[in-house]
Amino acid sequence: MYAFFQRADYLAIKPEILVTMFALAILLFDFLLEKRDKWMNALVALIGLGFGAAQLTMFWSRLGEGAGYKGFGGAFTLDTFAVYAKLIIIIATGLVVLLSAKYLEVEGANFGEYYALLLFAAVGMMFLASGTDLIVLFIALELMALCEYVLTGFLRGSRRSNEAAVKFFLLGAFSSGLLLYGMSLLYGIAGSTNLAVISRRLAERPSPDPLSWVAMITLLAGIYFKVAAVPFHQWTPDAYEGAPTSITAFISVAPKVASFAFFIRILIEGLWPMRAEWQLLTIGVAVATMTLGNLAAITQTNIKRFFGYSTISHVGYLLLGFVAAADGNREGVTAIVIYLLVYAFMNLGAFGVIILMRRRDLIGDEIDDLSGLMTRAPGMAILMLIFLLSLAGIPPTAGFIGKYFIFLSLIETGHYTLAVLAVGYAVVALYYYFRIVVAMFMKKVPDTVPIAMGMGVRVALGVTLVMTLLIGIYPQPFIAMAREAVRPLFL
Amino acid sequence: MLNEYGPILIFMAIAAAFPLVTLWIMKFIRPKFNPTAEKVMPYECGITPESDARGRYTVRFYIIAILFVVFDVETIYLFPWAVQYQVLGLYGLVEMLVFLGVLIVGYIWIWKRGALDWI
Repeated sequence: MYAFFQRADYLAIKPEILVTMFALAILLFDFLLEKRDKWMNALVALIGLGFGAAQLTMFWSRLGEGAGYKGFGGAFTLDTFAVYAKLIIIIATGLVVLLSAKYLEVEGANFGEYYALLLFAAVGMMFLASGTDLIVLFIALELMALCEYVLTGFLRGSRRSNEAAVKFFLLGAFSSGLLLYGMSLLYGIAGSTNLAVISRRLAERPSPDPLSWVAMITLLAGIYFKVAAVPFHQWTPDAYEGAPTSITAFISVAPKVASFAFFIRILIEGLWPMRAEWQLLTIGVAVATMTLGNLAAITQTNIKRFFGYSTISHVGYLLLGFVAAADGNREGVTAIVIYLLVYAFMNLGAFGVIILMRRRDLIGDEIDDLSGLMTRAPGMAILMLIFLLSLAGIPPTAGFIGKYFIFLSLIETGHYTLAVLAVGYAVVALYYYFRIVVAMFMKKVPDTVPIAMGMGVRVALGVTLVMTLLIGIYPQPFIAMAREAVRPLFL
Repeated sequence: MLNEYGPILIFMAIAAAFPLVTLWIMKFIRPKFNPTAEKVMPYECGITPESDARGRYTVRFYIIAILFVVFDVETIYLFPWAVQYQVLGLYGLVEMLVFLGVLIVGYIWIWKRGALDWI
């Protein structure tokens, strides 16, 4: 008798199904719209994401104290961790949709496919957050990545956009190969693609085990590429610079959240018996990532490249959470989870301001284009200042909470040197983020054209601003949420 | 350690030796290489080549090729279902209709976008 999937299995993927249906609907709906009505595609996308988010909040309250639901023969896990990650992904995608509507009009690339691809990417990411089977994880990862490649090259007339897409695609395909190689070795070791089974089999292996080391290193190399950790970061600045700015905002946030959720699943649920080995590897990669990200950001003049390197340095901080987690410290994973939430809001906020610089006659992606913003548009300058302070990790903002938990978990597990190094790099980060502040507040105004702001950008900036300040000033509910998210993880 | 990896080493040695030995033996038994114009001509299923194979052709074939790959590979997915139709029953039918539904949305999309028109 065939063991078919249960009704409950399909109910568990209801948010994904809803978002997929809306993405397909946009593809067809787009044909009905006149050129000037294309903004309605964004509306449909938002409605779809809203349905997904509503379903997820229902799951969140229903999951309560339980360990979570395992569906599709253990390949799909719906627990508080997955729901938490999916909510951040949906919110981030929604904010990007809001930021995009006006920007695409200026770029003359206002096609329905843009929103459909965003939603398909979101579906891939949502499965990535829930997958507990190597095959589901790989397909979800590829769904996310393929949509990203196309979106990066979405400005068909622009050389930079096409170049970025091809670079991103070639390196991404290479990293997928590495990842798949690691997965195949793990399957060879365990005889199963299920993470729980892999974890059990790995625990049974004799102690010095070169085969599982190779599997772990190739698998992690693939993931390091996806999260842009040194030495697999080279695609980041190029892809960020060439992509449409709204997509730069998207790929710097949502795929990071999804990839880290994937990372947490692999390391905590799959490779937990090898924690001593991956801890060592993570320390090396995290230090290299923070060093290169922070130092390379200092000399950038293009603001999108600048944010590329800034993202790399944030990934370095996030990786430090795994170092603490490997010692069995639950706070390490909690720190990663909080940091991802905070990072999503502050980074999207900063990109919201950058997107506003784009006009028909100005690309607006050089740091000098922000010169004199304080006299031109004081509100924008102050918003940007708050987001930059948050990115640097200064106390009354959300960024501080994220960094605080990372440092705390490192100190609790006795990694004092790493904690000191991380704090030191926070100072470097403050220096380069303040280069933008200097440009905004102290340089002369090169042009005085007023900044046109669409409704979507207003809402997106409002949400990111409120969240950045709220998490910084009153973090307790968010910390409680993150603890709740980490609870079902086996640690 | 050596006990476990011994067979692999032997296997690798044999694998390396096999083509070399084959080539060496072939050297004695094959007829002498005697090139003629006909023999060095590129093989194109027996037809005399018209021109250089590295010619330029229109990029429209690229889209046709991609569409072919997409739909061809996706319809291969129908075969296992057709073979197991009795066992999968209504459940399989519904799953397949969902799959075809997604495929049809894609089909309508490429049609409307004009990818099927030969401009």
